[in-house]
Amino acid sequence: MSEIGPRVLVVDDEQAIRKFLRVALTAQGFMVFEVSSGLEALTTASNCKPDIIILDLGLPDMDGIDVVRLFRQATKIPIIILSVRGSEDDKINALDAGADDYLTKPFSAGELLARLRANLRRTSQTETELVFINGDLTVDLTKRLVTLANHDVQLTPTEYDLLKILVTHAGKVLTHHQLLKEVWGSEYEQELHILHVNISNLRHKIEPDPTRPRFIITEPGVGYRLRTA
Amino acid sequence: MVDKLIRPSPDKLLERIKTDEARKGRGRLKIFLGYAAGVGKTYAMLEAAQRKKNETDVVVAYVETHGRTETEALLSGLEVIPRKQVQYRGLAVDEMDLDAVLARHPKLALVDELAHTNTPGLRHPKRYQDAEELLEAGIDVYATLNIQHLESLRESVAQITGVWVRETVPDSIIDQADEIELIDLPPDDLLQRLKEGKVYISEQISHAVANFFRKGNLSALREYSMRISADHIDSQVREYMSAHTIHGPWPTAERLLVCVTPGRWGSRIIHTARSLSLQLNAEWTAIHVETPGSVDDSPEQQEQLTNLIRLAEKLGARVEILQGLSVANTILEYAYKSNITKIILGKPRDVHLRNILSRSVANQVVRRSKYVDVYIVSGKGQPLEQNVLPVKQLPVQWLRYLLSLALVFCTTLIGSMVNPFLHPVNIVMLYLLSIVISAIYFGFGPSILTSVLSLLAFDLFFIPPYFTFTASESYYLFTFAVLLAVGVVISYLASRIRGQSEATQRRENETATLYSLSKQLSVSIGLKPTLKTIIDTAKDQFRQNAVVFLPGKQKKGILEAFPEKSGIIQGENENAVAVWTYQHQKAAGHGTDTLPDASALYLPLSTAHGGIGVLALWPLDSDNRLTVQQDRLLKAFADLASMAIERAQLAEVANDARVLEASQKLQTALLNSISHDLRTPLVSIIGVLSSLQEESITLDNDAKNNLIQVALEEAERLNHLITNLLDVSRIEAGALKLFRQPADMQDIVGAALEQIGNRYQTRKINVEIPDGLPLIPVDTSLIIQVLVNLLDNAFKYSGADSVVDVGALQKAGEIQVEISDRGTGIPEQDLQHVFDKFYRVQSPHNVSGTGLGLSICRGIVEAHGGIISAENRPGGGTIIRFKLPLVSNSPERGMVK
Repeated sequence: MSEIGPRVLVVDDEQAIRKFLRVALTAQGFMVFEVSSGLEALTTASNCKPDIIILDLGLPDMDGIDVVRLFRQATKIPIIILSVRGSEDDKINALDAGADDYLTKPFSAGELLARLRANLRRTSQTETELVFINGDLTVDLTKRLVTLANHDVQLTPTEYDLLKILVTHAGKVLTHHQLLKEVWGSEYEQELHILHVNISNLRHKIEPDPTRPRFIITEPGVGYRLRTA
Repeated sequence: MVDKLIRPSPDKLLERIKTDEARKGRGRLKIFLGYAAGVGKTYAMLEAAQRKKNETDVVVAYVETHGRTETEALLSGLEVIPRKQVQYRGLAVDEMDLDAVLARHPKLALVDELAHTNTPGLRHPKRYQDAEELLEAGIDVYATLNIQHLESLRESVAQITGVWVRETVPDSIIDQADEIELIDLPPDDLLQRLKEGKVYISEQISHAVANFFRKGNLSALREYSMRISADHIDSQVREYMSAHTIHGPWPTAERLLVCVTPGRWGSRIIHTARSLSLQLNAEWTAIHVETPGSVDDSPEQQEQLTNLIRLAEKLGARVEILQGLSVANTILEYAYKSNITKIILGKPRDVHLRNILSRSVANQVVRRSKYVDVYIVSGKGQPLEQNVLPVKQLPVQWLRYLLSLALVFCTTLIGSMVNPFLHPVNIVMLYLLSIVISAIYFGFGPSILTSVLSLLAFDLFFIPPYFTFTASESYYLFTFAVLLAVGVVISYLASRIRGQSEATQRRENETATLYSLSKQLSVSIGLKPTLKTIIDTAKDQFRQNAVVFLPGKQKKGILEAFPEKSGIIQGENENAVAVWTYQHQKAAGHGTDTLPDASALYLPLSTAHGGIGVLALWPLDSDNRLTVQQDRLLKAFADLASMAIERAQLAEVANDARVLEASQKLQTALLNSISHDLRTPLVSIIGVLSSLQEESITLDNDAKNNLIQVALEEAERLNHLITNLLDVSRIEAGALKLFRQPADMQDIVGAALEQIGNRYQTRKINVEIPDGLPLIPVDTSLIIQVLVNLLDNAFKYSGADSVVDVGALQKAGEIQVEISDRGTGIPEQDLQHVFDKFYRVQSPHNVSGTGLGLSICRGIVEAHGGIISAENRPGGGTIIRFKLPLVSNSPERGMVK
């Protein structure tokens, strides 16, 4: 039990939320550092060297998005932003500025931990996970093989590329733009209908109930996320 | 009659209070009064102004120096308001600029020659009315006036000087003046000045100047001027005494009654009554008695009557029009009823056939007057009616006489036919019949003619010796006498009855008009219908076009007209007259003393609470002059209209108040409901958490998990409610921002189902969304919210086992989404209202929730340019359907009611 867990920097001006995060994260073995403003975050980060940052967008002294940008100038530490409902453009801007994921308030402890795990996994991995398993779905990147309940699933190359990027970022949100840029190229960044069509096709092929997706989750207004087990 | 106590009557006190109130804002009038031109009134006025100029704001509104240097010198240092140039018949005429003076609003204004007649086109016909307006505006006035311009003295002056003055000023000007300064100059000195050429002679009297400026005349005039001045002081003293309730030589409270009849001496009688009323400090009433015979009055007699009534009103009398069979009886009845102490009548008119039969009115009144004094005023001197209209020949009258003649002729013919068979006595009956017929149908005069002619014809044709005007037997004389007598009596009675019935008919018409109008107005609900009724009635009953002006709601000082476009009442001029009428609450326009050039008559509409508008009238047909009765009726009509308008306006105010009260009640109820709904989930959450914290409560894991599950669900419910409330307030504030992106319907439904997942995990949902639906540009999270709310509703209002269907399809340029449940359904009458804020359908299950969900759905859908509706499913349950356009044509911002 003396394993030192990952270091988390919590940036939020609300004391109650900081307290809740500290309790929940410490119970899971994280080491938690708390600050209450953007400036403090920037200074403390260089001292304590966190493995992941949880950043509230509604900070009193600086715009959260500016904090993300400033961080990104210096480091690649994963940043999860906390946002409120109704500010989709804030979320997208933050993700475009370099944040890795987001949580919408109010969120449950489970969601929080899932996000943390998903975003920490990337950095701590020495080799990329090449096989993704969730329930009946298996995606083997080395063999380019996708199976659902032991049945092979035939995907078009585009669908496979789409699934691949979701898998490599499993558990993390990917914005529409990111997906379009990665799979189709930067000229297609605005072609949302292509993305939707392909996601829909993909869902029809790998989801048991395409109308109630269990794997490819819609993040409304932002993008998509592949749910992990 | 009855002696009143030595104390001012309550009426008088009330009058005093009213006058004082009215006076508070009023300017003070000082008149420089002279008995002839050249005594130095203008000079004195300017001297007085010079004395005041250092301490008061004095301006010269209009002063005529006539080029005299001494007078002009006195103008130095005084501010002169430039005169107004008016074009009249190709000439440029200088007049006082009333509006400029009002705008300048000095403390004191100098106005020369009050009796001057203004050029047509100015607001008032006479300069004294301009002065009146200045006084009403609170400006003090110094004015000059010659006594021969006073209305009551016109006749006397004419007697003295032989000059008939045309420009007059009502005596009320003198009465109302606060101060009168008599400018006196001994006649010899005046004549001297005349010789020296220092006196201005106006062209009007230049032709009679020799006559006018004779010493005897001047002395007489001088005496008049002194008398008037003294009277004025006297009345001021008495006013002062009564104001301070100084017990003085109080006269017994007299009340005067004067009877007005059309005739040459009518106005003289009225003036006499007025002087008497001033002398006795008594109030006076002028009455006119309408008899059945009044229908026979010629139009010019009617006009004379109208003018006399107006004159009496102007001079300060109370005026009443009474109906009765006998003038004398009516007068006396009224006198007794109203405690009249003195009656003033004119001497009997020229001998009229009517007066032979019944004694003259004056005689009757005198005989039966009991305790009341009767004053008989004679018509002396020149008749006052200078403008006598030519007597119009009435062919109708002559026609009737002709018919009488024809009637007698016919009767004679018939008589001669039956003569062989009947005794002559029976022929008399035939003639009697013809007399009765002509009395009923032709009128008094013609039937008298018929009587006489019948008598003659009877004697001529049927009494031996035939064809002579004699009778063979003496007893026939008796027949003749009785025939004639009966004829006359029947004529008289019949004409009276006819006149009476006509008068009654007329009165009944008037009453019916007023009754029907008041009924119609009481039925009209709402301001616009009321105004329409008023305008229609004016057209039907009075044959007048009407426009109602009411104060505009937006701008002050502007009147809005109903109907808005009406032909004549257009343009600023007419509007200005309406505004003037509204501000001064006095009739103006055609036929009045103010702005008589206007094309319409403007009557103020007012109630006990003050002025509420203006009624403008102009005749439907070109020549339509109102008689006295119509005038009266019109005033009554205007009063009814005012009350109806006020009622409609008050009803609107009451309605608004009611609505406000209802909405406030609703708001209170809502606040209570919302706070309850917000608190309830917290109860569970706090309850659960505190239980978990409580050491004394030991729970096994299952129990703990259960509790925790409950708390989580309640927390989600609270989150949902708060989201709804925030959305509502954003929609209300118009701050709903749409963040549109092309979105996939399947995506959206999936996300909505995901969100709702925890609360309704066990419920069955059937989703039918075809592939290949085009992307739709919507704010994804808002539409998800719509679906979440609709699903929430569907689950709440249907049984735990029933299925909820979700479907979407493309229809024309829209995506249509339907959510159906198999629950209780919505009652027919609620289907429309179910999307209203806080609307809850009466449900036997007592479902929780505030009723906001559907209204938010509507707000969001409509912000996207779509439509949402509800209907019942055949077979039970509800379908909520919303359509969203594929092409967005609504602005990005949500602007929803």
